[in-house]
Amino acid sequence: MHNLTIKQMSEKLHAGEITSVQLTQHYLDRISKYDTELNAYVSVTPELAMMMAEQADKKLASGEADLLTGIPVAHKDIFCTDGVKTSCSSKMLDNFIAPYDAHVVSQLKKVGMPILGKTNMDEFAMGSSSESSYYGPTKNPWNHQAVPGGSSGGAAAVIAAGLAPMATGTDTGGSIRQPASFCGITGIKPTYGSVSRFGIVAYASSFDQAGPMTRSAQDSAWLLNAMAGFDERDSTSLQREAVDYAAELGQSLKGLKVGVPAEYFGEGLDADVEAVVRDAIAEVEKLGAEVVEVHLPNKDLAVPSYYVLAPAEASSNLSRFDGVRFGYRCENPKDLEDLYKRSRSEGLGAEVKRRIMVGAYALSAGYYDAYYLKAQKLRRMVRDDFTKAFESCDVIMGPVAPTPAFNIGEKTDDPTSMYLADLYTIPVNLAGLPGISVPAGFVNDRPVGLHIVGPYFSETKLLNVAHQYQQVTDWHTRMPAQYQ
Amino acid sequence: MSWEVVIGLEIHAQLTTNTKIFSGASIAYGAQPNTQACPIDVGMPGMLPVLNEAVIGKSVMLGLALDAEIGRKSVFDRKNYFYPDLPKGYQTSQFNYPIVGKGKLEIEVDGVKKTIGVTRAHLEEDAGKSIHGAVAGQTGIDLNRAGTPLLEIVSDPDLSSAKEAVAYARKMHELVQYLGICDGNMQEGSFRVDSNVSVRRPGEPLGTRAELKNINSFRFIEKAIEFEIERQIELLESGGKVVQETRLYDSENDVTRSMRTKEEANDYRYFPCPDLLPVVITEETIEQINASMPELPDAKRARYVADFGLSDYDAGVLTGSRDMAEFFESVVEKTAAKDIKLCANWMTSGFSGALNKGGLTVKQSPIDADKMAGMLNRIIDNTISGKIAKQVFDAMWNGEGSADEIIESKGLKQITDSGAIEALVDEVLANNPSQVEAYKGGQEKMLGYFVGQIMKASGGQANPGQVNQILKAKLSD
Repeated sequence: MHNLTIKQMSEKLHAGEITSVQLTQHYLDRISKYDTELNAYVSVTPELAMMMAEQADKKLASGEADLLTGIPVAHKDIFCTDGVKTSCSSKMLDNFIAPYDAHVVSQLKKVGMPILGKTNMDEFAMGSSSESSYYGPTKNPWNHQAVPGGSSGGAAAVIAAGLAPMATGTDTGGSIRQPASFCGITGIKPTYGSVSRFGIVAYASSFDQAGPMTRSAQDSAWLLNAMAGFDERDSTSLQREAVDYAAELGQSLKGLKVGVPAEYFGEGLDADVEAVVRDAIAEVEKLGAEVVEVHLPNKDLAVPSYYVLAPAEASSNLSRFDGVRFGYRCENPKDLEDLYKRSRSEGLGAEVKRRIMVGAYALSAGYYDAYYLKAQKLRRMVRDDFTKAFESCDVIMGPVAPTPAFNIGEKTDDPTSMYLADLYTIPVNLAGLPGISVPAGFVNDRPVGLHIVGPYFSETKLLNVAHQYQQVTDWHTRMPAQYQ
Repeated sequence: MSWEVVIGLEIHAQLTTNTKIFSGASIAYGAQPNTQACPIDVGMPGMLPVLNEAVIGKSVMLGLALDAEIGRKSVFDRKNYFYPDLPKGYQTSQFNYPIVGKGKLEIEVDGVKKTIGVTRAHLEEDAGKSIHGAVAGQTGIDLNRAGTPLLEIVSDPDLSSAKEAVAYARKMHELVQYLGICDGNMQEGSFRVDSNVSVRRPGEPLGTRAELKNINSFRFIEKAIEFEIERQIELLESGGKVVQETRLYDSENDVTRSMRTKEEANDYRYFPCPDLLPVVITEETIEQINASMPELPDAKRARYVADFGLSDYDAGVLTGSRDMAEFFESVVEKTAAKDIKLCANWMTSGFSGALNKGGLTVKQSPIDADKMAGMLNRIIDNTISGKIAKQVFDAMWNGEGSADEIIESKGLKQITDSGAIEALVDEVLANNPSQVEAYKGGQEKMLGYFVGQIMKASGGQANPGQVNQILKAKLSD
């Protein structure tokens, strides 16, 4: 059953050829069989999943079902889920059972998508390899020596290994697209404000954006339809008319102007990855698209800007984890200061602490102008680059990450080299633009994604471009042999 | 050499909304701990603030009343610090772009007017409360107050005495209540005044200031500032140095005490809150709010003097609060002849006196404007005299009914029947032949004696005008 496309699953569910209970049980069985080794789930919720599957079957029988009713989903452990541990893969929240649903979770509950469990991630979404999880690293299903990427590494791994048909992720600096690239799946980060952040544990609020992680672009379009939409509980949620993200699937790419930024193919890009990406662009050209050269001259300012702004916001967002009201509290605190210091020192991991310190420093008196304000200026320059580039093209194509998945442990001692894993994705978050990672080939046994970025609100176009590419390629349908 | 006193006030006015500034939880005072704290107020993971738009209009009203610049694009910032009653580890406030900019407020002390600059007024959320002693050996946290909307109004350091400081605070207190944006309740902490006090030699730069906090009456604010000025002068004159610190006022001993011994320079790491959009206020919105502004106390006072011919003192009493002014205007409206002087006299003496005696506010008054006007109407139509009216007023105050009911049940109706009054006059004159002789002999002051006797004989109910008229006629016979 896990080899079916979502469209096929949906048709069979609606036709009564399979039930949601059968489908959900199938995935739960696969999780039992494979996840001990893979470590992609932080929590598995079989009782919740089966209860929801039964309800979904009733809904299907009543004829009032949606396209995705009955199709199970795995939520990244950053989405608060009522009655379920929501840890953000941190010791700090290892004991935190959310008393409410994130907007995304409640949207998918309404549709009737059984929740299989919560997926592993970098602690508080800070990382590019899922190695900073309190629960240990998730393995890349294509090669167990390799990382799945991050921070939504667990979500990418469960899709790649067939341990969930669909998953949710969040992308602050590339956390959907980079693991999608590393695991050979499709993942889209929508325009900032498209999906409500209500109930998503905040990392860097002005960047955080949720999106779908699935096998195909079509699947992503369907899931995004269920996730997106205005939510008055998030002041940065965009008030727009409802969008059908699948509306343009099937349109021809004839005349599409594809911008290829020279800066995205320079130093630091793995030659084999470059070859895969160039082949993919050539494939899109064959579909009638026209390649034009564009420039993003300030690309190199993006990583430094991001690593001031995101930690600055994080340093404030994570202040609430103080051991007073919820989460981890140290044993026998001497006094208030001891309570704060030890609860946070013991409850938060090294990378999280590093970013809190960097962020607090950047905001501190005497440094604010030199770091925070300067970084804001760079952010505008990066955004303006894109605005200018989109004057001469419809979408931009390039690599998602400079390399294929690296090995577990390879970069854990070198944070700055880890940060460069998001070199191509971060500019998109700085600008708040939508971007998608589409499976485009392999370097040895490790997948490589094609990055497609568009102007604000161009998701339907991006999804169609990816969909058209997936009509003439089969990278997105491939599965690692041992999980087939 | 003399000392110059420099005082600036920071006033926290709690805005009269139903719900918190960033959540839908109630802000009603006095609920059981933590029963009015929703996940947003508790700072739970993933929770986001949504601005309660009611605070914008209220803030703009104050800005207009202070003739201040209105922040066309005001921004919420995060003020970061750790404290157990601060759930998120930051207070959402406004830093660089407050909703109200530079303005001014005129005060008067001992007949001298002075304009005090208002630096700014910004919106922020209140913190919760730490509760000591409820659980042995532990500190409890009550987050009911967390997220309550506050407008922090910061004055320029233009105040140069405790009296001026209190005059400014009182004026602001009156203003926010007139505007209906704050209930002004100091006991419940709806209106909190923090005073920054320093002294210097004239012409020298500003001295080091001490901040006086948590004083919940104007009287104590004045005493605390006076003590603090004395303390600083004595300290400096004896060669000491003022330390920048927060001091609390001990009203029992009339002294201020240092609150913190370890004074740390806090770095709040302010930055714009990424969860909230800037608040944009259009010209149109400002015009709408301007059109809906109530008449302000100073304008009202001036109008009472100019249009009603009232004294400055009476106008001051009658505009002492918006409730008082509204009561007065309602009474005037309801009295038949719109006898403003009569209404004003009764409001400033009988009514205000009774309120003061009972320690009541206008809202708590046992009689309403209808009752008050009902009584005044009976004075105007000569049913009762001013003297009898005092009895009627007291009876109304004691809940014995309307003026008409009391006049009826107590038989207080004025005697206006000239036959009956003539009989009384005749009786008194007949009983006092020697006094009549004296009067006729030129002692005209005896007239008052006769009037007194006649009024006494009538039980106070004879119409004094008629008594005078008939008496004079009889005596000149």
